[in-house]
Amino acid sequence: MTADQLSESKPTRRRVIEWFLGGGLLASLASFIYPVLRYVVPPPVADLGGDEVVAAKLMELKPNSGKIFRFGNRPGLLIRTPSGEYRAMSATCTHLSCTVQYRDDLHEVWCACHNGKYDLSGRNISGPPPRPLEGFEVQVRGDEIFVRRRREA
Amino acid sequence: MSPLRGVRNWLDQRLGWDDLIAPLRKKTVPLHKLSYWYFLGGITLFLFVIQVLTGILLLLYYRPGANEAFESVQYIMTQVQFGWLIRSIHSWSANLMIFTAFAHMFSVLFLKAYRKPRELTWVSGVILLFLVMGFGFSGYLLPWNTLAFFATKVGTEITGQVPGIGKPVMIFLRGGEEVTGATLTRFFGFHVAVLPGLATVLILLHLLLVQRLGMSIPPKLEVQWTANPSAKREMKFFPNFSLRELMAWYVALGVLGALAAVFPWNLGVKADPFVSAPAGIKPEWYFLFMFQTLKLIPPKVWFIDGEIVGVLAFGFVGLFWLLLPFFESGQPSHMKKWITGLSIFALAYIVSMSVYGYLAK
Amino acid sequence: MAILRNKRGIFTVARYAGLASCIVLAACLGYGQAANSCLDCHSALPDALGVTQEKFSQDIHAQKGLTCTSCHGGDPTSDDPDKAMSRKAGWKGRIDRKQIPQLCGSCHSDPAYIRQFNPSLRTDQLDQYRTSVHGKRFAAGDTKAAVCTDCHSVHDLRAPSDPRSTVNPVNVANTCSRCHSDAEYMKGYSIPTDQFAKYSTSVHHQALAVRGDLSAPTCTTCHGNHGAAPPGVDKVQNVCSNCHAFQAQMYERSSHKKAFDAASLPGCVVCHSNHGISHPTDATLGTGPDALCMRCHTPGDKCDQARAGLQSSLSQLDASIKSADQILGVAESSGMEVSEARLGQDQARDSLTKARVTIHSFRTDLVDQDIQAGRRIAAKNLQSGKEAMVERNYRRAGLGISLIAIGIVLAGLRLYIKKIES
Repeated sequence: MTADQLSESKPTRRRVIEWFLGGGLLASLASFIYPVLRYVVPPPVADLGGDEVVAAKLMELKPNSGKIFRFGNRPGLLIRTPSGEYRAMSATCTHLSCTVQYRDDLHEVWCACHNGKYDLSGRNISGPPPRPLEGFEVQVRGDEIFVRRRREA
Repeated sequence: MSPLRGVRNWLDQRLGWDDLIAPLRKKTVPLHKLSYWYFLGGITLFLFVIQVLTGILLLLYYRPGANEAFESVQYIMTQVQFGWLIRSIHSWSANLMIFTAFAHMFSVLFLKAYRKPRELTWVSGVILLFLVMGFGFSGYLLPWNTLAFFATKVGTEITGQVPGIGKPVMIFLRGGEEVTGATLTRFFGFHVAVLPGLATVLILLHLLLVQRLGMSIPPKLEVQWTANPSAKREMKFFPNFSLRELMAWYVALGVLGALAAVFPWNLGVKADPFVSAPAGIKPEWYFLFMFQTLKLIPPKVWFIDGEIVGVLAFGFVGLFWLLLPFFESGQPSHMKKWITGLSIFALAYIVSMSVYGYLAK
Repeated sequence: MAILRNKRGIFTVARYAGLASCIVLAACLGYGQAANSCLDCHSALPDALGVTQEKFSQDIHAQKGLTCTSCHGGDPTSDDPDKAMSRKAGWKGRIDRKQIPQLCGSCHSDPAYIRQFNPSLRTDQLDQYRTSVHGKRFAAGDTKAAVCTDCHSVHDLRAPSDPRSTVNPVNVANTCSRCHSDAEYMKGYSIPTDQFAKYSTSVHHQALAVRGDLSAPTCTTCHGNHGAAPPGVDKVQNVCSNCHAFQAQMYERSSHKKAFDAASLPGCVVCHSNHGISHPTDATLGTGPDALCMRCHTPGDKCDQARAGLQSSLSQLDASIKSADQILGVAESSGMEVSEARLGQDQARDSLTKARVTIHSFRTDLVDQDIQAGRRIAAKNLQSGKEAMVERNYRRAGLGISLIAIGIVLAGLRLYIKKIES
C-alpha cells in the first residue's frame, strides 16, 4: 500500500471502531434505560394487596352467612352475624391449619377437620383448637367492605 | 466544527470549563505490576452511584412502616414492571459494593498508599467504610422480613452492651427499647437521608484529595523511581486509564445483571415480633467475622462480661484503623514491618472468621 | 442494770439470751408444720414401708394440708410408735386393697368436703368406677382389677394437669399398659394385650406423645377413665364422631352403615382399626396388600367398579396437584414470585382432603364434585406456574441481550484503546 492509502485507512479503521463502540454503547444504554422506563410507569393494580383487601361488596353477604376471601398469603373469613354486624378473622384453624367455615345453624365458626369450634369473635370454645383465630378490623367504605390487620400500637 | 467541540466552547465560555478539567487532563496513573488494584476505588464509586439510582427508583414504590414495608417490597417484586430487576440489582450491588470497599481498603493498606501526605484520604476512606456498613445494616431491615428483624435485634442488642453510652445509643438506634415499626422508620431515615448526605460529603472530600495528591506509588517502586526518574512509567488518566476503567464498570454491570436475573433477591417471610427467633440466626456476611468473634469470646474475661470485652475491642480496633497512617513512617524506604504484619493478620482474620461464621451452626 | 456492770454477768446474760433465742427459733421453725411423726421413722424404712419426705411433698394431698393420718389414722403428734400406731387412736395400718375405693370415696364422693379444697372437682368418680369393668370385677371379688391407687399412684399422687402425673393425658397410655400389656398379669382374661403396642404406632399417639397435641385421644378418651369400659360394637362410631364429625355424618347416611349394623360390625373400626389407627392412604382403595374394600367386596361387581373409579379420581387429583407443585417449585427456585399460586395449591389440597372425607358417604357423585373442584384449582395453578416459567425465560432472554450489548461495548473499548495507543 502507498503512504497515502495507509494514512487514509487509519481514520477509516478508527471510524469503524468508533461506530462499533458507539453502537454498542447505545445498545447497552438502551438495555438499561428500557427497564427503568417501564419501571416508572405504575402498574394497573395500585393496591398493595397485603395490608388491606376488599373482602366483599355491601350487598353480597346476607345476615347469618360467611365468606372466605384471600388475605395476603392466607385465607380469611368474613362473617355477617344474624344481627347484621360484620366480623373478620383468619380462616386458618389453630389446631392443624385446616380452613374453617361459618355455620349458620350453630352461629359459630366450625372446623370440619376435627370438630373444633370458635365463637364469632374467634375465641376457641370447643374441640382441639388451642388458640383463638386472629381477628381483623372491618371497615365499610361506600359499598365495599375492607378488611385489614389490626394496627400495631 | 464538530458538535462536541461546540458544546465544549459553550461550557468553557460560561464555566471556565477548560481550566476546570485541566488537572484531569494532566492526571497520570503509575504503571506497574500492581496497577490493576487502582480500579477498586472507581468500581466502589460506580457501585455507589448504582445504589443511589436504584435506590431512588425503589423510593417510588417502597413504603416504610411495619404494616406496609413487606407488602410494598412484595409489590415491587411481583407487580411493578422490572421491579424484580431494580430491587435485585440494589441488593446485589450493595453486597458487591461492601466487598469492593473492603478490597479497596486492603489494597490501599498493602500498597501503603495511606502514607503521608495521604492520611486524610485514608481517614475519610475508613469513615466511608463504616458508613457503607451502616448502609448495609440499615438497608437490610427495610424489607421487614423475619431474618432482617432478628438480625437488627441482635445487632442493636450488641451495641447496647457498650458500657455507659451503649444503652442510650441502642435506644437512639431502635427508636425505643425494642425493635418495632419505629425502628423501621428511623432506619429508613438513616438509609435514605442521613447516610447518603454524610457519604456524599465524604466522597467528594475523598475524591478531591485523590485528585489533588495524585495516585500513590508503592514504596519500593517510589524509592527506585526517585533514584532513576527515567524508569518511571505512567499512563494518562484521560482517556487511557478511564477507558479501561469504563471496561471494568461494564463488566461490573454485566455481573450485576446476571446475578439479578439468575439469582433474584428473595422476599422472606414478613416479620412477626411475637415469634421466637429462628435457630442459628446469623447476620449478613460482612458482619460475620465480628459476630463469630463475639461467639468465641468466653462469657467472662477476668471480671468483665465477655461480650463487652468483644465490643470494646472492636471499638478500639476501629479507632486504631482510623488513625493508622499516623503510626506509619513518612519515609518510603523505612516502612514499619509491624504494620505490614498487622495488615496480613487483619485480612487473614476477617476472611477466616467470615468463613468460620458462615459454616458454623 | 447491775448485772451488766459485772463482766461475768454479761456472759451469763448472753448465755441465757442465746438459749432463749434457740428455743424461739425452734418454735418458729416448727410453727405451721402439721406435726407428723410418721415420716420421722417411715422416711428411713426400706421400700415396702418407706415414704420419704421428698416423695410425700410431691403429693397433692400433702400440699393441701392432709397427712398420713388422714387415710391411715393414728396419732401424728406422738413419737412413741405404740401410741402413734394405736387402734385407740384410729390407726388403720396398711390399707387393705379391698378397702381402697371406699376409702378414697369417703372424701372424694363428698361434695361438701371437696368443695373446701376445689369446688369444681367432680365427686362422681366412685359411682362411675362402679359402672366400669374394673369396678364390676372388683366388686365381684377380683382383686387384680384396677383400683384408685393403681392409676393415680399413692403418696406422690399428682394432679392430672401436672405433666408428671400418671394420669396426665400424655402418660395415660403408659399407665394403662402397666397391666394391659402384661401378658402374665392378664392371663385368664379374655382380652388381648397388644392394645398399647398398636396404639403406639397410631396417628393419635403421634399427635399426643410426639407433637404434644393434648386434644388427641388416649385410652381414656374413648374408653372413659373412672367408668372405663369398651364402647361396644354398635357405639364405637359415636365415640369417633366426637372429633371426626364430618366423616361420621357422611357414614351415617351411607349404605355401609345399614350393612354393618345388620352384620353387627362396628362402624369406623372395620376399616380403620381401633388401637393401631394409621394414616389412611389412597392405597386402601386399591387392590394391593393395603386394600380395604376388597376384603369384603367381590372383584368385578358394581362396588368394585365404584371403588376403582374413586381411586382413579383421587389419584388424578393428587397427580395434578403434584405437577402444579413441581412447576411452581422450579419457578420459585429460579426466583419467580408465585405465592398466590402456592395459596391456590393449599385450596386444591383442601379439596383433595374433602374428597377423601366424602368417601365415607360411599357415593361417587359426591366425591366427584370435590374432585372436579380441586382439579379446576390445580389446573389454574399449573397455568400460573407455566406463566411464571415463561416470564423467567423472558427475563433470561433479556439478560442475554443486555450481556451481548455489554460484550460489544467491551470489545469495542478494547479495540479503541488499542487503536489510540498504537
